[in-house]
Amino acid sequence: MGELFSLGIRSIFIENMIFAYFLGMCSFLAVSKKVSTAIGLGVAVIFVLTITAPLDWLIQEYVLKQGALVWIDPAFADVDLEFLQFIMFIAVIASMVQLVEMIIEKVSPALYGTLGIFLPLIAVNCAILGASLFMVQRSYTLPEATVFGFSSGIGWLLAIVALAAIREKLRYSNVPDGLKGLGITMLITGLMGLAFKSFIGIAI
Amino acid sequence: MSTETIEQKAEETVIATEPLLSKRRKKFVTDPLNDDNPVTVQVLGICSALAVTVKIEPTLIMSIAVVFVIVFSNLIISMIRNFVPNRVRIIVQLAVIATLVTLVSELLKAYNYPMYKVLGAFVGLIITNCIVMGRLEAFAMGNKPYDSVLDGLGSGMGYAWVILTVAFFRELLGSGSVFDFKVFEAIGLANFPNNSLMVDSIGAFMVLGILIWIQRSRTGYVEH
Repeated sequence: MGELFSLGIRSIFIENMIFAYFLGMCSFLAVSKKVSTAIGLGVAVIFVLTITAPLDWLIQEYVLKQGALVWIDPAFADVDLEFLQFIMFIAVIASMVQLVEMIIEKVSPALYGTLGIFLPLIAVNCAILGASLFMVQRSYTLPEATVFGFSSGIGWLLAIVALAAIREKLRYSNVPDGLKGLGITMLITGLMGLAFKSFIGIAI
Repeated sequence: MSTETIEQKAEETVIATEPLLSKRRKKFVTDPLNDDNPVTVQVLGICSALAVTVKIEPTLIMSIAVVFVIVFSNLIISMIRNFVPNRVRIIVQLAVIATLVTLVSELLKAYNYPMYKVLGAFVGLIITNCIVMGRLEAFAMGNKPYDSVLDGLGSGMGYAWVILTVAFFRELLGSGSVFDFKVFEAIGLANFPNNSLMVDSIGAFMVLGILIWIQRSRTGYVEH
C-alpha cells in the first residue's frame, strides 16, 4: 500500500508526464488558453489513462509477452507477439476513447457537453500511449499500472491547469511579437519545469 | 454524371502536362521548411522534438524515422483515400502509422540495438506524433500520391532541421560535445562548465522557445 502511494506521488510531481517526459505536449499547448477547458481536457485524460493503463497491462501480460499465451495451450510457450505491441495498444486506446465517449453521452449528457469535444483528441495524446509503453518498460504489476495511469493523469491535469491560469493572466502583458503564443508558452513551461524539479529527492 | 467525367478529364490533362517538379510542387517541399514549419509555426510534434534532443545522434535517427513514417504513410493513405469511409478514417490512419512505426522499431532493434535502448518508448510514440496524423488529415486524404509524398518529405524535413538545431545547442552546452566529439577540450577549454539544465527538460523548453522567437521574428509571423 505504502509503495503504491509513493508511486502515485512520484508520478504526479517528480516524474510528471509533461515536465519530465514531454508527453501530451500538443494538446497541452493547444488547449491551455482557458482554465475551464483545460480542466475539461485534464479530467478526460485522467479518465482514459486510468482505464487504458490496466487494460494494456492485461493485453501485454496475457496476449503479447513471450509465453503469454500459455493459458490457452502450453504449446504456445514460444510464441512472442511483442512486435504487435504498438498496433494493439493504439487500437485499445482508440476504441476505449470511443467507448468512453459513448458511455458518457448516455449516462451523463452534462459531462458529455463539457468533455465531448476533447475526447477524440485524446486518442492521439502521447501521454496515453506513453503511459502504456512506460508501464511495460518498467515492468509494473497490475495495481501499480492502475495507480501509475491514474496519478500520471492527475499530474497532467495539474500541469495544464497551472499553465492555463498563467496564460489567462498573460493576455494583459506586452510580449514581443515573435515571442507571442508558442514562444512565450515554451519559456513559461520551462520555468514551471524548474519549479517541479524541486520535488526531486523527496522520498516517501 | 457527364460533368463529372469532363471535370475528371480536365484534371487529368492538367496533371499530365505538369512537370515532375513544377513550382506548385516545389512549394510542398519548401513551405514547411520555414514559413509553415510544423514545429515552430503549426505547433505540432513538440513531444518528441523535446524528448530525444539531448544528443545529436539519437535525434538524427529519430528524424530519419519520422521522415520515413510521414512519407510512406502519406503515400499509402493517399493511395487508399477513396476507399476509406469517413467514419473510420482515424482508425485506418492509426493502423497504417502503427504498422510503419513497428517496421522502423524492428529495424532499429535489429541493426542498432544500443540506439534502440536510448530512444526507448519514443520510437513508439511516433505513432502519436501529431505531424504525421496532421499531414494525413490535412493533405493525404485529399491529394494525389506523388504530391502527398512531396508534402510528407517537406514536413518531415521541416521537423528534422528544428529538432537537429535544438539537439545541437543542447549537446554543445549540456555535454560540451558535438556528435560525442568533445569540442571544448579540442579548442583548449577543458574546464568549460557544462550546463546541466540543458541536459534536463528545462533546457529543451528554453532552447525551443528561443529558436521559435528567432524564427518567427525573421518570417514576421505573429500569433494572436
